[in-house]
Amino acid sequence: MAELRFPTNPPGRAFDGTTHARRRRLDPAIAWAFGCIALVLLIGSLYSSSFLSPQYLLQQLKVASFLGVIATGAMIVILLGQIDLSVPWVVAVGGMMATAATGWGAFGEALAIPIGVGCGIALGIVNGIGVAYLRIPSMVVTLAVNAVAQGLMIVHTGGFSPQDASSRAMRVIATGDSIAGIPNAVIVWAVVGVAAVFLLTRTTFGRTVYAIGNRERAAYLSGARTRRVVMTAFAIAGGLSAFGGVLLAGYASKAAQAMGDPYLLPAIAAVVLGGTSILGGRGNYLGTVAGVILITLLQSILSVMQMPEFGRHVTYGVVIIAMLLIYGRGRRHYD
Amino acid sequence: MSGDWSYRLREHKGTLLAFVAFVVMFTIYAANHPAGLNANVATTAANKGVLLAIVAMAQTLVVLTSGIDLSVGMVMVLANCLASSIVVGSPVQAALGVLAVLVVGLVCGAINGFIVIYGRLQPIVTTIATGAIFYGVALGLRPVPGGDVETTLADALTGQLPGGIPASLVVLLGLVLVVWLPFRRSVTGRAAYAVGSSEVAAYMSGVPIRRAKFVAYMLSGLLAALAGLFLTFITYTGEASAANGNTYTLYSIAAVVLGGVSLFGGSGSAVGAIFGAFMFRTIGDLLFVFNVEPLWQPLFQGIVLSAAVCLGAVRLLHVRNRLDLYG
Repeated sequence: MAELRFPTNPPGRAFDGTTHARRRRLDPAIAWAFGCIALVLLIGSLYSSSFLSPQYLLQQLKVASFLGVIATGAMIVILLGQIDLSVPWVVAVGGMMATAATGWGAFGEALAIPIGVGCGIALGIVNGIGVAYLRIPSMVVTLAVNAVAQGLMIVHTGGFSPQDASSRAMRVIATGDSIAGIPNAVIVWAVVGVAAVFLLTRTTFGRTVYAIGNRERAAYLSGARTRRVVMTAFAIAGGLSAFGGVLLAGYASKAAQAMGDPYLLPAIAAVVLGGTSILGGRGNYLGTVAGVILITLLQSILSVMQMPEFGRHVTYGVVIIAMLLIYGRGRRHYD
Repeated sequence: MSGDWSYRLREHKGTLLAFVAFVVMFTIYAANHPAGLNANVATTAANKGVLLAIVAMAQTLVVLTSGIDLSVGMVMVLANCLASSIVVGSPVQAALGVLAVLVVGLVCGAINGFIVIYGRLQPIVTTIATGAIFYGVALGLRPVPGGDVETTLADALTGQLPGGIPASLVVLLGLVLVVWLPFRRSVTGRAAYAVGSSEVAAYMSGVPIRRAKFVAYMLSGLLAALAGLFLTFITYTGEASAANGNTYTLYSIAAVVLGGVSLFGGSGSAVGAIFGAFMFRTIGDLLFVFNVEPLWQPLFQGIVLSAAVCLGAVRLLHVRNRLDLYG
């Protein structure tokens, strides 16, 4: 992405581009995203009164939490100014390895979730080494890793969806609800989200991620270990994608060949709709939450309205473009 | 003059490497093919290769301007669905149908270009979203696979010329001569390279940035539609397959990289991308010839792709100043 980049962070500005005084105010992008959520809910409630019922909304949040976990990883990578196209098959690896581990007996069943996530982290590290140390464009590295992950899974499963069922723990975190009727998946997303916010805003790692996204050379000259941070960020993203796969496998109680395919583009779209700059260095986790909810609600309302599938795709694309034209535009040359 | 010669060699290094690698691979493939290299084997290989090569050309045009077009596969699918409905009937009707498909491709490219240039959105996000739109339209046109295509035309373009030369190769050569070379030699084409290597410098030098980008996206749409048309000629049907579209988009990026086109923009050529596409296809065929279990083929393809990608890291050895690593 050799796009125009001007030195950012004038004095008094934080890495994410907000001034200290402005930080208490909501980012306009996030305000827009929440506004659109309200609009979608309003339209939905006009169409069907059950659209605003707590059950329906909790169900939507539950569905959103799978995308939310995956989008969290995508956001960390996008903040670096990179992109992770290996999401589809890392998600599948997470789900498949976790279900495969369940099939190994009691010991494997206990370790199913860590094994699934661990495989994702391993693939993420490969991505990270390619991007950070070999300096290959992330788009290409992650594409290649996606192809390798696909190849590995096809060999592993024999080209069919695996027969192994997911472990009880996976099903519980994905489908159960324990506290006050709140689905466990939502709690899992909340935990992941809080951890991500802490990591991004309260740790050296997080500040370095923003710094690298703004200008890696400057971050390097300031003494940040940029390569290690980039690699770690990709490892985290890989782990989160695989964790998303584990949750999905728990939800469907099995893994499937193309289970990750529908998550790559929505994850990127959710992050970008939430106001995170695709060039990196600017973005807020609250925005990603808004983006994820917005995309999930949008998909849901379109299917509730029984719009034919082609109409859903067209609307989906038009809405993303329209929203970004409102608040996601780049600078002019003479700005 | 010798300086000029070595400069040209360096400029075309990626293309030449891709060409040599392809020739080596294809020789191994032909030598080990159980039936030997007869006209039918060559035609089948050429058809598959040319299809990807056209998509790779489409991708190259945008990548040169340091953009990316993630909607090429979907434009191809849209063209495929459209062609399976309208490229039928009398020769005149079929010709009008072909024309309509190409115009739709141009329009798709123009939409991308318009949003990227005037909307100032990032190409990657824009084309993800427009890709969804194009796919939706394709699905609306053809909810279930089917349709038909003018067989005489299809067979003529995917068959063999007298002497056993695959007709598709001639089509590809024609595209290079009619689309790529005029673009490369025009002011607009040079501007596209300039925008890709440094947009600020190009802007300061008064290069027609907008025109260059717009033409690049439009031609990309046109070529993607041509690929869709060609796909219809090969399969005789139209299918709105999202998997197909995504696969071709991803393969086109792989072909572009293998063909020595820099993803950062400003260097490489569509000819390189064509050989990159041929190379990528030959890898798959090689695995078939050597009786690799079909199950293992995707893995090997992935590993070869990774290895080729890692070759890009060789430039690290030439870096004198460590700061050059950090953009």
